[in-house]
Amino acid sequence: MLTQTPPAPTIPRSAGLLPVPRRNWLLPALVAGLIVTIVLSVGVGAVAIAPVDVLRILAGRLGFDTDVNETKTVILTTIRLPRVCLGILVGSGLAVAGAAMQGLFRNPLADPGLIGISSGASLAAVLMIVLEVTLFQKLAGLAGYYALSLVAFAGACGTTLLVYRLARVAGRSVVTTMLLAGIAINALAGALTGLLTYLATDDQLRTITFWALGSLGGASWTTVLVLLPFMAVVLIGMPRLAKSLNLLALGESQAAMLGVNLTRLKRQVIILATLAVGTSVAVAGVIGFVGLVIPHLIRLVAGSDHRHVLTGSALGGAIVLTAADALSRTIVAPAELPIGIVTALIGTPVFIWMLIRQRNLG
Amino acid sequence: MLQTEQLTYRIDKRTLVNSVSMRARAGELLAIVGPNGAGKSTLLRLCAGELKPASGQVSWGGQPLWAHSASELARLRGFLHQQNTLAFPFRVDELVLMGRYPHHGAHPSSADYAIAEDALRMVDMSAFASRIVTTLSGGEQQRVQLARILAQLWDVNEGLLLLDEPTTGLDLLHQHQLLDIARQMARRGYTVVAVLHDLNMAAQYADRLLLLRSGRVEALGAPRDVLTETLVERVFNVPVQILDNPRTHSPMVVVGRV
Repeated sequence: MLTQTPPAPTIPRSAGLLPVPRRNWLLPALVAGLIVTIVLSVGVGAVAIAPVDVLRILAGRLGFDTDVNETKTVILTTIRLPRVCLGILVGSGLAVAGAAMQGLFRNPLADPGLIGISSGASLAAVLMIVLEVTLFQKLAGLAGYYALSLVAFAGACGTTLLVYRLARVAGRSVVTTMLLAGIAINALAGALTGLLTYLATDDQLRTITFWALGSLGGASWTTVLVLLPFMAVVLIGMPRLAKSLNLLALGESQAAMLGVNLTRLKRQVIILATLAVGTSVAVAGVIGFVGLVIPHLIRLVAGSDHRHVLTGSALGGAIVLTAADALSRTIVAPAELPIGIVTALIGTPVFIWMLIRQRNLG
Repeated sequence: MLQTEQLTYRIDKRTLVNSVSMRARAGELLAIVGPNGAGKSTLLRLCAGELKPASGQVSWGGQPLWAHSASELARLRGFLHQQNTLAFPFRVDELVLMGRYPHHGAHPSSADYAIAEDALRMVDMSAFASRIVTTLSGGEQQRVQLARILAQLWDVNEGLLLLDEPTTGLDLLHQHQLLDIARQMARRGYTVVAVLHDLNMAAQYADRLLLLRSGRVEALGAPRDVLTETLVERVFNVPVQILDNPRTHSPMVVVGRV
């Protein structure tokens, strides 16, 4: 198949060596997995709905003439579906943000939580809950239900901006400084959150737990519609940066040699990641490990090319968070487990397994 | 054609490159030689546009480097670093295809694949196409990185190939193979500038040598004119004898007592 004669330089011709056949089954498998997860997880709960009924209700909604239980239809369309949609949006957003952050920091252990986005958001929320500031009460009057979410989002943006500013040396942002700044911010936010927890009343503690451990319990079609445009921007915008993130793996200097505008790339990734993580924390609290573990799992199967890693992570994150939410509301029914506990309980062993595997591979 | 005029670069008041004026022509392999700390790599990075000079300027094709857009330069200027890092375990073919990124949109065309394939064959690494880069030896990784840069410049008419101590970590065969590739690229019409440590290899492969000391040009010319006993002794501070390479008739530097 291969000829050893030196090729004519200007007439490209393929000997069939490239492209190396890749595993094309991953994306279809993830899409199928997501559909199955959706159908199963809208079915579980206090009132079980069989997959057949789920499909019939959805068909009925689309105008087909079907005969299904009215109660089940209401439960599915007003309670379960918005919750699953929220899980899909938050899960895909967190995982894509994590994958892109790992690419930006050229460190497979990076995570949006690492540079302080999540902790900044939850600190802002906790601060508002405990101090019950008058400004917050006015805000609550104005923006009603969403005031706390807005504050959490503002907290995320504020922290990211602070870390980014700290890391700018002579007009360039230095990745290691940024990671270290993130660690400092995380420690500070952790201490302040601890202090506020200490001051909090019992009622406030319950609300704080929501932010600290995460929950999709606040889901409604309104929250889904609020989140949708932000996540759409992230899920469309981030894959467009895939080529640049691949080149960044060669180091900043080589990436620049191949035409990557480093300042612009860093700014774009950070803005999109903050958007994803900030809005997620705002509606669902801090949900850990999705942004760290999902991209790793996708890389194991799909390789390192960000064109595959980013889309794969979006689908994988959606599957895992939807499944984790189904688990969190059935495991201790009729009560609900905060979803952050579920993702951490599943995520940590998986992550440790990956670390061991990596070590054994040398 | 690459040209520098009165090029000066300082860092913390230390002058690393001191008013260097030189010209590398299309079709020639110019080797930058000199002792450690002479400013060889700094000069190369200035030529690549990676560093901004304190004064003077670099020009390519008669226009200052800054007048070319980043995407234009990405299609015609390749720079092989001495040390290459790779943050994620990419496959060899994926890495080589990255050299084609500035030439295509979201996905490579069949011509891009063919070029990547030819580049891999040129560095003798076709059999490794589906291997993970980070599992290869240092020398093999260096050759894959060279293939990436060759793929980047493959179909441009006049490209600029900059090599920073490219033979580091390569065995005897592949050191010579690499410099042979560099010379082939020059014969195709590229401007090739390489920082080299080994004076004998520089003399054997380069068309001209640029001898640097303390950031200044000490000599610039054909190997036989630059590598004289007095000049090499003065610049490198070691007694030498210049012999004749019996095969290529290029000058051969033999070190006397240190």
